[in-house]
Amino acid sequence: MSCLDIIADYGMRSLGVGERLLPRGDVTLCHQFTLIGSGMIWNVYFGALALIFGFFAATALALAKASENPLLRKPAEWFIFLFRGSPLFIQFFLAYEALVLLPRAGIDIFGLTIQTSWMTRAWAGALLVLFLNTSAYSAEIFYGALRSVPKGDLEAADAYGMTGWTKFRRVVWPTMLRLAWPAYTNEAIFLFHATALVFFSGFPAFKQQGDALYYASYFADKTFNPFIPYPITAFYFIVLTLVLIGIFGAVNRRLNRHLPGQDRPRLRLRPQIIR
Amino acid sequence: MFASCADPSQLEGLAWLMCYLTTGKHMLFYGSFFVVLLLMVITAPVALLFGFGGALAARSRVAPLRWFGKGYTAMVRGVPDIVFFLFVPIALDQGLEYLRHLWACPPSDAPVWSNNEFNVCAAAKLPLSSSPQIWHEAYGFTLAVIAFAIVFGAFAANVLYGAMQAVPRAQLETAEAYGMTHRQVTRRILIPQMWTYALPGLSNLWMILIKATPLLFLLGVEDIVYWARELGSTKSAIYDYPHPDWRVWYFLGLLAFYLGMTKLSESVLSRITARLSRGQATMAGEAQRKQAGGAGA
Repeated sequence: MSCLDIIADYGMRSLGVGERLLPRGDVTLCHQFTLIGSGMIWNVYFGALALIFGFFAATALALAKASENPLLRKPAEWFIFLFRGSPLFIQFFLAYEALVLLPRAGIDIFGLTIQTSWMTRAWAGALLVLFLNTSAYSAEIFYGALRSVPKGDLEAADAYGMTGWTKFRRVVWPTMLRLAWPAYTNEAIFLFHATALVFFSGFPAFKQQGDALYYASYFADKTFNPFIPYPITAFYFIVLTLVLIGIFGAVNRRLNRHLPGQDRPRLRLRPQIIR
Repeated sequence: MFASCADPSQLEGLAWLMCYLTTGKHMLFYGSFFVVLLLMVITAPVALLFGFGGALAARSRVAPLRWFGKGYTAMVRGVPDIVFFLFVPIALDQGLEYLRHLWACPPSDAPVWSNNEFNVCAAAKLPLSSSPQIWHEAYGFTLAVIAFAIVFGAFAANVLYGAMQAVPRAQLETAEAYGMTHRQVTRRILIPQMWTYALPGLSNLWMILIKATPLLFLLGVEDIVYWARELGSTKSAIYDYPHPDWRVWYFLGLLAFYLGMTKLSESVLSRITARLSRGQATMAGEAQRKQAGGAGA
C-alpha cells in the first residue's frame, strides 16, 4: 500500500471521510504523518474561527472597557477578568459540564424547539470557549493599545472635523491595531497552541474524529513509542506557527507602511501555552 | 465526621448537605487545595532562585557559565512549555531509576531501554512498590515541583536578565568610579535597583503560575481537578450519598478559587509595585515624588 493510498484513505479521517477503522497493525511513518495532519484540520478550524470571531468581539469589548459609561465598562471588565483570571483548562471542563446539563430534548421557545445536543460536541462547545477566551485576552491587548493612541493623532482628527464613526474608522482603530499588532500576533500563536487542549479536557472525540494531539496519543498508545507521533505533532505546530507569523507579519507591514523604517515595530515571538 | 451522620439515608435538606460536605473524601478534596497552594509556595521561591542564578550566570564574565545562563534563558523562548512539563518528570524519573539500577540491581545483560520500554529491577524502582501510598504521591508531587521550578526558573531568568540590563548604565559607572569592585557593584547597586524593572514581568509569571497549576492533573497528581471530577460524577444508590451529576458545581467552585487567587494576587502585587517604585528614577517613582511634594506644599 503506497503512501498516496494512505493519504486518500486517511487524509480526511478527522472529518469522517474515508476509511472508518483507524490503522492498527503495521503503523508506518506515512500513517502517522497523514492521520496527525488530518487532525490538524480541527486545530486550524478551532484556531481560525475563534480568532476571526474573537477579533470583532475583542474590539467591542476594548471599546466598552474604555467607555465612560459604567453600564458598558463594568460588564466588560468583569468578562475580561473572568476569562483572564482562570485557567483555560478549568474553563473547558466547566463549559462541557454546563453544556451537558442543557435539556436533552431541546428548549421550547414560543412553540419552537431549539435543539441543544450539538452544543456538547467539540466543534461547537470548544469553539465557544476558545472564542470567549481569546476575546478576553485580545480585548485586554486592544484596550492597552487604545489607551496609548497618541493625543496628537486625536487632535489632528478633530482639526479635520472628524467625529464619531469616521474618526474611529480612520484614526483610532488603525492606530490601535498598529500598536496592538505585535502583542496580538503572540496571542494568535498562543490561541493555536491552546487548541491542543480541546480533546485533553472534557470534550470527547466523536467517532474517533479528533485533533492532532488526539491521534498522536492514539499512536503513542498503539505503538508504545511516544518519540515519533509527538515530534510529528510538534512539527505540524511549528509549520502552523511559521504560517501565522508570515500572515501577521504581512499585516504588520501593511499597518505600518506610512512609518519610516526604524520606527516600525518588529514582531517578537514569545511562545507559551499555559493560560 | 458527626455522630448524626451515621445513617445518611435518613437525613434531609441542610443536614444531609452538611454531612455530605464533611465526608472523608471531601476532606481529601479540601486537602488538595493545600496541595495546589503548597506547589505555588514551593515553586515560586525555587524558580526565583533558579532565575536569579540563570540571570547572573548569563551576565558572568566566565564564558562557559555565560553560555549556560544564555542557554537556560533561551530554552523557554523556543519550545512551548507544556513540552517541558510532560518531558521533565519522565526524564527525571527514568534518570533516577537508571542511577539506582547501576547501584542496587544485580548485574545483568538485559538492556535498560529495549523495545520502547524501560526495564529496571524491582529494587531500583522509585519509590519501591512495597512502600506506602503516601510516598508514591509525595514522589509524584516532588517531580512536578521540579518540573515547574525548572520551567518557571527559565522564565524568571529571562525577566531578571532583562531587568538587570534595564538598570541605567550611569548608575553602575558611578559605583565603579567610587572604586567598588564588580561584586560590590552587583550587590549594592545592580540588585537593589533591578527589582522595579523586574516586577511587571515577575507578577505576570506569578499569574501564569497560578493558572498552570491544573497541569498537575495531567502529571497524575491527585489535585483539585481530579477530586472535582471524582466527587462530582453521578453517584448511584449504592453510595452513602447518592446524587446526580454535580461536576458543574464542583468546577464552579474551582473557578471561584482561581478567580479569588487572581484577585488577591493583583491587589498584593499592586502594593508591592507601589512600594518598590518609591525613590526610583522611573515614571511611577516620579509620580509618587510629585504627589508627596504637592501634599507637602
